[in-house]
Amino acid sequence: MQDDAPPPATHDLGGAPRFRCTPVEPDDAAPPDAFGKRVDALRQLLARKGLMSVDELRRGVEAIPEAEYHALGYYERWLRSISGIMVEKGVVPAEALKP
Amino acid sequence: MRFAAGTPVRVKRDFPELRGPCHIRTPHYLRGLDGVVERPLGAFPNPEDLAFARPAPRVPLYHVRFAQPGLFNEGAAGDTLLVEIFEHWLEPREDA
Amino acid sequence: MAAPPGPESIALLERFVAALKAQGVVTEEEIAEQIARTDRASPEIGARMVARAWTDPAYRELLLRDGSAAAEQMGVSMAGAPPLGVLEDTDTLHHLVVCTLCSCYPRMVLGYPPHWYKSAAYRARAVRDPRGVLAEWGTVLPDGMELRVVDSTADYRWMVLPQRPAGTEGWDETRLASLVTRDALVGVTLPMVAERAAA
Repeated sequence: MQDDAPPPATHDLGGAPRFRCTPVEPDDAAPPDAFGKRVDALRQLLARKGLMSVDELRRGVEAIPEAEYHALGYYERWLRSISGIMVEKGVVPAEALKP
Repeated sequence: MRFAAGTPVRVKRDFPELRGPCHIRTPHYLRGLDGVVERPLGAFPNPEDLAFARPAPRVPLYHVRFAQPGLFNEGAAGDTLLVEIFEHWLEPREDA
Repeated sequence: MAAPPGPESIALLERFVAALKAQGVVTEEEIAEQIARTDRASPEIGARMVARAWTDPAYRELLLRDGSAAAEQMGVSMAGAPPLGVLEDTDTLHHLVVCTLCSCYPRMVLGYPPHWYKSAAYRARAVRDPRGVLAEWGTVLPDGMELRVVDSTADYRWMVLPQRPAGTEGWDETRLASLVTRDALVGVTLPMVAERAAA
């Protein structure tokens, strides 16, 4: 990496100095909680129905501001992305997602 | 397909992030670095277009090998890195 | 461990699902079926593929040439899934898979990715200090072995074909598969025969 390069995007984490000394916690059961499974399933269903691609999911995740990106859980980021993209594409009305 | 296995290549030193919303699958840490094509992997719709639901022409994809210690000036000599990179992010190395 | 979702996220999911149902996009049955389908994939599939490759040279050749076809042969439906690439470890080469940009993972044959695979620490460090990352699993590579980190950035999903451990001569596929863990299929550990029982 070159010293004069602009900083990487938040999600572009390869080599990020901020996490250089953060340990990786090796032991972990993989299946997520019920929330994660539900979001995961919605993402796959929306893709199978041709309503969004995995690339759009990523683009939506990448648009999350840095502080939130690291504060949100993995599937919370996914939910932000896919719900935002479904509004963007007019599949669901924006008002339906407001508290 | 432009590059055969064994071709020395350089990853473009480009930062589209500075020009507005985009979706890039070429990691920042590789931009401008030298590698060698390990093998072509076929052609796939360009994710930079797919991410915005635009028509996405297929672009050849390559597995490109790099020396790992050269990435961050740390690591063990002889270790390597293999990354999928799309053709439009690669240029031939004239000096190689 | 992954932190539980916040109340705002739980509420957003409820509103989002309700909106999708109201628009006729999904039903509760479809969501349940999709969860059940995803739950069926697990590292046992990848382990069986590796064990078969260790005992059947023709399958090994297929696995390395066309991982998707090799998965289909084991009864995995790869329709609509990204192509599966398989990385062959040798006496002098060991592979470690990471996705620095997101969390690309061969879910069809390994199931859900574990939390650590998706963590910022793993994604940041695997390309920068890969041997340090391996050390966190207690994995130390033999002298003279090249470590090849595979950053999964695009259309393939990558699985490691580890080396068959010594001391497994004559084992059948089921017993061999029991040695192959999820972590070995990502490359953070090596399959090992438990020769020393815990005291």
